Amino acid sequence: MPMLTGVKHIILVLSGKGGVGKSTVSTQLALAMKEAGFKVGLLDVDLCGPSVPYLLQLEGKDVHQCAEGWVPVYADAEQRLAVMSIGFLLKDRDDSVVWRGPKKNAIIKQFLSDVYWQDIDFLIIDTPPGTSDEHITVMENLKDLPCDGALLVTTSQAVSVEDCMKELSFCKKANIPVLGVLENLSGFVCPVCSECTNIFSSGGGLSLANLTNVPFLGSLPIDPSLGACGEKGQSCITVNPSSPAAKVFQELVQKIVEKSKETVKVADSL
Amino acid sequence: MEQHPADAPEHCPGTQSETAGKVSACAGCPNQSICASGAARAPDPGVGLVRNRLSSVRHKILVLSGKGGVGKSTFTALLTRALAALDIDRNVGVLDIDVCGPSQPRVMGVAGEQVHMSGSGWSPVYVDENIAVMSIGFLLKGPEEAVIWRGPKKNQMIRQFLSDVDWGELEYLIIDTPPGTSDEHLSAATYLQGADLDGAIIITTPQEVALLDVRKEIDFCKKMKIPILGIVENMTAFVCPKCHTPSNIFPPNTGGAAKMAEEKSLRLLGRLPLDPRVARSCDEGVNALTEFPDSPVVAAMHSIVKDLQAILRPAINTGGSESMDTS
Repeated sequence: MPMLTGVKHIILVLSGKGGVGKSTVSTQLALAMKEAGFKVGLLDVDLCGPSVPYLLQLEGKDVHQCAEGWVPVYADAEQRLAVMSIGFLLKDRDDSVVWRGPKKNAIIKQFLSDVYWQDIDFLIIDTPPGTSDEHITVMENLKDLPCDGALLVTTSQAVSVEDCMKELSFCKKANIPVLGVLENLSGFVCPVCSECTNIFSSGGGLSLANLTNVPFLGSLPIDPSLGACGEKGQSCITVNPSSPAAKVFQELVQKIVEKSKETVKVADSL
Repeated sequence: MEQHPADAPEHCPGTQSETAGKVSACAGCPNQSICASGAARAPDPGVGLVRNRLSSVRHKILVLSGKGGVGKSTFTALLTRALAALDIDRNVGVLDIDVCGPSQPRVMGVAGEQVHMSGSGWSPVYVDENIAVMSIGFLLKGPEEAVIWRGPKKNQMIRQFLSDVDWGELEYLIIDTPPGTSDEHLSAATYLQGADLDGAIIITTPQEVALLDVRKEIDFCKKMKIPILGIVENMTAFVCPKCHTPSNIFPPNTGGAAKMAEEKSLRLLGRLPLDPRVARSCDEGVNALTEFPDSPVVAAMHSIVKDLQAILRPAINTGGSESMDTS
C-alpha cells in the first residue's frame, strides 16, 4: 500500500518538551497555509493527548470510511483543510488511550497509509513530546516520502532548550532536514501597564539556533488571544493581521513555500 | 517481561492475555509457542524485586499529568524540597522516569553529575543532605544526547530505576513522569502497585486544552486503580511585577482545575500562581522556597504539603515512626 499518495510536501512539527505549543503552532500554521491558498492536511500523531480536534473546534466529528480509506474531517466548507486525529476515533473525550508502543505504531502506520487525503499541497504532522515510538515510526515511514523537514518548537527555558537539543540529535540521526527553530511563549505584555515580562526567560530559541546552526524562525509572544483564535478555528493572520504572531506565521509560510520549491527541484533533477 | 515484545506483530494480544499465542495475529510470530504455553503469563519477577527494594521507602507518590509542560518537574522539585525541609533527619528521594526528556537533574541543580554503580545498586545523586535524585540524565554524555528508544527499552530502564537504586531509608519517594498514558506510566504503575504506592498527584494548568489531556490521565488512574491524592493547578494567574495586575495567561475557559476536581469528585490540593522567579529558579536549579520566601508559590506549597501530610498521616501512624520528634 503506497503511503500518502497525493501529498506533495510533508512538514513535521517536533519538540522534545511538552506544552511548548506544538499543537498551537501546527494548527496556526495549517490555517495560515490554507489562507495562503494551499490545500492542507493536518495529522495529529499524539495518541495519548490529541489536542488538534479541540484547538480547531472539531470535537465530536466522525471519520468515515470510503473505498479509498478513511475520509479525514474537514475544518472548512471548501475542504481545503483536512484533519486526522485519534481524537475523532474515541467515544468519549475523557477516554484515555492506554497503549504500549506496538499498538501506537500500528495506528500511526494506518494514519499514514489509510487516510484518503486526496490532493493536498502540504501535510503538517503534529507530534507528541519525546523521541520514542511515535517519532521512530513516523520517521521510518517517511524515509521515501517528500519530507521537507522538521519545525522545532521550544520555549526559552533551559529545560525546554535542553530537550529540544535532544530532538535535534534525533533529526540528525534520522536524516530529517530541520527547517528551523521557533520560539514560543516568549514574553508577556501586561495589558494594563504594557510591561513585558519574560516569564519563561528569553532568547533561548535564538541561542539554540545559533549553537546548533539551524535557522531561527522567530519568536511568538505569550498572547492569550492566539490560543483563542485557534479555538474559533481562525488563523491569527485573519483575526489580527497586525499582531506579532501574525507576522511570524506569514514569514513562516513564505519560508516553507520557498523551501518546498527547492525540494521539488531536487526531486525533478533526480 | 513485556506485554508486547519489541518484535510483536501489529495486533499482538499481549503476552499476558488469555488469548496469547492463540489468535490469528500470532501466526508466524517467533514467540507464539512460548505465549501459547502460558509461561509468559507467570507473574513478572520484577514486581518482587521492586517491592523488596522499595520496602525501606515509607511513602511513594507519583506525579502525573496527561499534558506536557504543565509543571510536573517543577512541582516535583518544590514538593521534594518542601518535604525535605520539614525534618532534616528524614530523607526524600526523587525518581525521574521521563526517559526522553529528563528535567530533574537541571531543576534540582545537579546537571552534569554522574551516578555510580556499587554492590548494592546505583547510588543516587545527593542534592542536600537529605535529598537523593535519580534520572536517566545522569547516564547521558551531554544534554544534546537523545534517548531514541521504543517502549520495551524504556520499560527496562524504569524497572531498573525502581529495583536497582540504593535509596537507603526514605520517608518519601516522589516519582516524576513524562506526559501521556503509555509505556512509562503502565510500567511504573504495574511495578509500584506491588510496592504499596500511596497514590498520584495530578498536575494541570487552567486552560481547557490541558484539562482535556488531564481528564484522560484521571481515566488512566481509574483503569489502573491508582488512588488520586489530589489535583494541583499550576500557572493559575500571572501577577505583573510592575503594576501587580493579575492576568490569566492560560485562561480557565471551562472553569479550570476547580471545576474539573468537582466534576470528578477529587480534591483540589492547591493552586500555584505563575511567578517568573520560580520559573527561572528551575532553570538555575536553585531552591525557590528559600530563595524567594515571599513568593505566593511558596505559601501555596506549604499549604499543599500540610494537606498532603494529613492525607498520608494514617499511614504514618501505623508505620510506627520511632523517630517522632518529642523535643
